[in-house]
Parts: sequence; structure tokens; C-alpha cells
Amino acid sequence: MSSQLLQLHVCKLPRLKKSRRNSGIPLHFFIPTLPNPAPSNNRSLFPYSPANQSVTVRRPFPLSHGTTTLGFIFQGGVIAAADTRASAGGLVACPEVHKITPIHSHLVVTSSGSGADCMLWERILTREIRLYQLRHRRCLSIRGTAKLLSFMLHPFKGTEVCVALTLCGWDKDLIYVCSDGARLQGDIFSVGSGSPYAYGVLDRDLRWSLSKEEAISLAREAVFRATHRDAYSGNNVDLFHVTAQGWSQRKREDLKEEYYRDMKRKTNIVEG
Amino acid sequence: MISAHGFGDPGKMKEYHYTGPVEHRFSPYAFNGGTVLAVAGEDFAIVASDTRLSEGYSIHSRDSPKCYKLTDTTVIGCSGFHGDCLTLTKIIDARLKMYKHSNNKSMTSGAIAAMLSTILYGRRFFPYYVYNIIGGLDEHGKGAVYSFDPVGSYQRDTYKAGGSASAMLQPLLDNQIGFKNMEGVQHVPLTQDKAVQLVKDVFISAAERDVYTGDALRVCVITKEGINEQTIPLRKD
Repeated sequence: MSSQLLQLHVCKLPRLKKSRRNSGIPLHFFIPTLPNPAPSNNRSLFPYSPANQSVTVRRPFPLSHGTTTLGFIFQGGVIAAADTRASAGGLVACPEVHKITPIHSHLVVTSSGSGADCMLWERILTREIRLYQLRHRRCLSIRGTAKLLSFMLHPFKGTEVCVALTLCGWDKDLIYVCSDGARLQGDIFSVGSGSPYAYGVLDRDLRWSLSKEEAISLAREAVFRATHRDAYSGNNVDLFHVTAQGWSQRKREDLKEEYYRDMKRKTNIVEG
Repeated sequence: MISAHGFGDPGKMKEYHYTGPVEHRFSPYAFNGGTVLAVAGEDFAIVASDTRLSEGYSIHSRDSPKCYKLTDTTVIGCSGFHGDCLTLTKIIDARLKMYKHSNNKSMTSGAIAAMLSTILYGRRFFPYYVYNIIGGLDEHGKGAVYSFDPVGSYQRDTYKAGGSASAMLQPLLDNQIGFKNMEGVQHVPLTQDKAVQLVKDVFISAAERDVYTGDALRVCVITKEGINEQTIPLRKD
């Protein structure tokens, strides 16, 4: 009896058979299918499935990593801030990277992890969101975007793809998606090697009732302190403010100036 | 005990004293040296590379330039593993021809950069060991430089050095072209003659201190009139 059922399943839903090979899930378990664009994207971009590759080739060069990014929600919307240093091994590969990218007019994503992975996956996500918008004549919600991204990254779980993105959206939503498979919603996220230092600063002063200027200066301060203590973060700070009207970007600031101002303030306090 | 040194950089010099048992493994990569540099000006771009092809202690060739002409307004410099450089430039040429035939126009520098990024990322799990820098003119006729990492992350810059001597040259360029870490200087825009002279001086310095850089320097200057190439000798030792 059960074998006949098995036969039925195999004939009607060939996808189940494939999933059994991959993950050892019993045949009658229904696996939700991925949205259609995602598998075909992967096939055209990647000539061989990463899951099939059993031998990894050792790379003779380091890739860019290391960062401080943060995002938090307050009464006036969502603030996203990040440093601008991309380090590869011990070298600063680029001192002026853009770690915060707009996906569309009301959604911004901060990236952390491997620079190339983040850049390409953001591009893929932007394309998918735009396609959704054209096909369904409405914008996908932030939660839907996060889910889509998480499902697209799922085939690469266990490979060296290292992506940790924080989606900051217009309806006061902040979702952290990472290539390990985590998808978390929260009020405050800081990601990267400098995140412990940023959390320390944010946890002290963050309140819902902050004004826009206070929130911006808090975010700047958090990134500044993190870049001061973390070797892999530094250079400048990028700030985005997302509201129901869209995102707005603050002019990029060099933290070197901020450091000198801070030193001056400290000597004034000591003397005065 | 597996010594980590067995896995070490395929191109670096071997240690000649016994460090313990070592596991040897075939590496598909080799490091052929070479330095590439690109500078973008107001209405010109310069891509320069040395012409030495080395491997370990040997020099394979003294006349192997690393600048490849893609279109009338774009030149790419590729350094790293020479095998991957050759294949990558063949693939880019093929894709440029396909684009020209489908769209009846040449690819712009920005489009070539975006395309190269996806080509490189397509090999995320077995990368091309190539450090690319694209130099050319954008659609508005201004100089543009796009620098890449081996897996496809890219950025538009004003100047960039890549390859074996990049860590030595980049700070020098930051200071001379970006006027960084200097107080009280006037930020004068770079003229074409000054830029070419700077590039020559910078490579002469690189050849002094980097063993993989030397022999000759190939400079390609891209302006709206076309691409002008010059070869300047460097030290051969």
C-alpha cells in the first residue's frame, strides 16, 4: 500500500524525489518549492552546483572581509550606518566602499561579510524585486524580500559564501539575513567585526523617542567608536535614513576629522 | 603532523630548511607576478603595466605586457596567474563581440565592468586568480577606472594599482594623486603629461623594490582620439 503511494508521489511530484537525494527527507514530506526565478538564476550564473562540489580548491589570495554596520528603528524611521573600509588579509583593499546600497526607493540594505558576495547578491536581489514589481504591480514587503533572499541563499549554505545583510525598510522593519540561514527581525542590529563596540554605544543611548538629529549622531558615534577599536573597520561613515517617504543619504564623513575633534574635546575637559 | 607550509602560496619561494613533514598537493594556480596601474583624468585614462612574466625564481619572458585592448575606449590590465589572464581576456573579447552583434554598438566601460563582475562571480567556487583593473572613457568622455578583486567585487576609482607591487604603489598614488595625508596643499587636477610622468616614476620605484616587477613598462593612454601606446625600459635585474 505504502509503495503504491510512493509510486504516485514519484509520478506526480518529481521534485520530491530530488529532495530525497539531497537531504534524506522521507518521501511523503511536502517540500515547499522555491519561487521560479531563483533556480534558473542559479543555473545560468553557476555552471556547477556548489552542493555537488566535494573538493574545494584552495585559494592563494585573501578576499575582502571585516566591517562595522548597524541599523536601528526609532520613532522617526530607520537609521542604517556603516563604515567604508574593505580589508583583504592585512591590506586595506579599498578605503571607500559603499556598504549600504538602496534596493529601491524605500528599501536599503547594509552588507557585511565577503565584499564580492554581498555586491553580487544585492544585485541579484535588486533584480528579483524589480521583476516582482513588474509582474505583480506592487512592491514586495520587506519580510517578503527577506524571505526571498534567504531562500535564494539556501542552496549555498555550507559553502564559502559569506553574506550578512540587514534590510532596512520603510514601514519600520529591520530584518537580518545571513548566508548561514538566519532570518531575524529586530529593533537593533549591528553586524561585523566591529559590532561589539557599536552595540556598546547603542545600548546605552538608544530610545524610541530620539529625534532625527539625535539618532543620526548616535549612529555616527557608534560607528566612530567601533572604527577606533576595530582594525578591520575605518575610514569614513555612511548614513542612510529610511522613512515612509523613502530613503535619504547623509554626506559621507571622514572619521579622521571626528577623531581630532574628539581629542580636542577631551583635552578641553581635562584643562577646563 | 601536517605543516601548513605545504599549502603555502604557489608562487612564493620555498623554505630550504626542514620544518617537519609536509603534505604536497597539486595547486591549479601559479603566481606569475606583474604590476598594473590605472589613472583616470578629466578627459583621459592611463593603463600601465610592466612586461615581466615570472614564476618562482625564474623569468619566463621579458616582453609579456599585461594591458589588453578591449574597445577603442577601454583597456584592461590583468595580473596574477597568466593562464587565467589569457582565458579571461578571451572570454571578455567573445562577450564583447556578442554584444556588438546583438546590440549594434560597442560596450561602454561601465557595462564592461559590470559584465566582468558577473563573469568573475560565476567562478566564485574556483576563482580566476586575476587582479583586474579596467581603464577607459565613460559615455561622457571622462576618464574612468574600475578595479576588481578576484571574485568580482568592483568599484569605480580615480586611480588604482594592482598586482605584486600594489601594496607599495597604492600609498604613493594616494599621496600624489589623491593628496591624502598632506596638509596645506592645493588640489590641482592632474594633466595628461604630469600623469604619464608620474606613472613612469612610480614604476621605476616599483622595479627597485619588487622582484616581480621590471624589464619594461607599457603605458596605454586613452583619449577620445584613440589609444596611444609607449614602451619604456625598466631595470632588468
